[in-house]
Amino acid sequence: MSNEDVCIVIPAYNEATAISGVVTELREQFRHVLVVDDGSADDTASLARAAGAAVARHPINLGAGAALETGLAWVAARPEFAWVVTFDADGQHLVADAVRMLARARATGVDIVLASRFTGATIDMPSARRVLLKAAVAFTRLTTHLDVTDAHNGLRVINTRALPDLHLSQCGMAHASELTSAISSAGLTYCEVSTTVRYSAYSQAKGQRNLNAVNVLFDLAAARLRFTS
Amino acid sequence: MIIKVLLIAGTLALGMLLRQRATGTNLAVRRLVGAAVVVLGVIAVAFPSTTVWAAHLVGVQRGTDLLLYVFVMTFLFTTVASYQRIFGLERRITELTRELALRAADDIRR
Repeated sequence: MSNEDVCIVIPAYNEATAISGVVTELREQFRHVLVVDDGSADDTASLARAAGAAVARHPINLGAGAALETGLAWVAARPEFAWVVTFDADGQHLVADAVRMLARARATGVDIVLASRFTGATIDMPSARRVLLKAAVAFTRLTTHLDVTDAHNGLRVINTRALPDLHLSQCGMAHASELTSAISSAGLTYCEVSTTVRYSAYSQAKGQRNLNAVNVLFDLAAARLRFTS
Repeated sequence: MIIKVLLIAGTLALGMLLRQRATGTNLAVRRLVGAAVVVLGVIAVAFPSTTVWAAHLVGVQRGTDLLLYVFVMTFLFTTVASYQRIFGLERRITELTRELALRAADDIRR
């Protein structure tokens, strides 16, 4: 199997329903998969391990951003990896998209490849979600001056040389904005690849509520005010 | 009039509090302010007419109104200070949890 220098990082919280399928499918293309179990109450961790993933487990639930940061730290400590692919646990991404993005990353040598569902495709996307995500994109373009078309897609390919510039302090969902801000402030190179997002009944029940956008905006505003930002 | 200036300045100071680092000096200042509030509270209870006198001093008619203003400002400062403290604790818990997770994590599976 090729892709020996790639590690897939999957933040997961109570994903026992989907995690086995997601890991199994990924393992057909990628040897190394890390599932960061964010303090799940179900058997997400053991199912992921049985499907062939390495598992890091938060003893308590911290949030998706914190789980992602833990995954990135795990990869950063292992110099054999040249690329990290972040992937959602609920099965909304296609493995084929990750493969294409990685090919683009290798060909261009950029620091980060972002996925865009808006230049790509969405399957059964609720219209309210479309409006909200479009607003999020406008917000990201305004605040970071990056020419992106999808700000909050969980599928990304990151060159491990960029990891020292990416430190996610946002534990919740504001980490996606934090990541694009880091691209802008650290002057990282990036490109976008059109991908597909599948909105299943499961992923919608598991995913964020639209109202969570209020919390994301609050977290970002608070981070700007605070001395730590 | 004076009270308006004081209240607006106090509200702006809330923003400064949000940016403050938790240094020993800042902590000492907060504790001294806290102690002063307690002493003034005791005086206000023992000699209720002093609140009217103090109120007139800053252009407020009734002593109870002044007490309300002071109470609201104290509450706001306490809220912001607690928020800062909780945020700091959360960040430390996050780092601790991450460290634990990384130590117990599986290594690369070959």
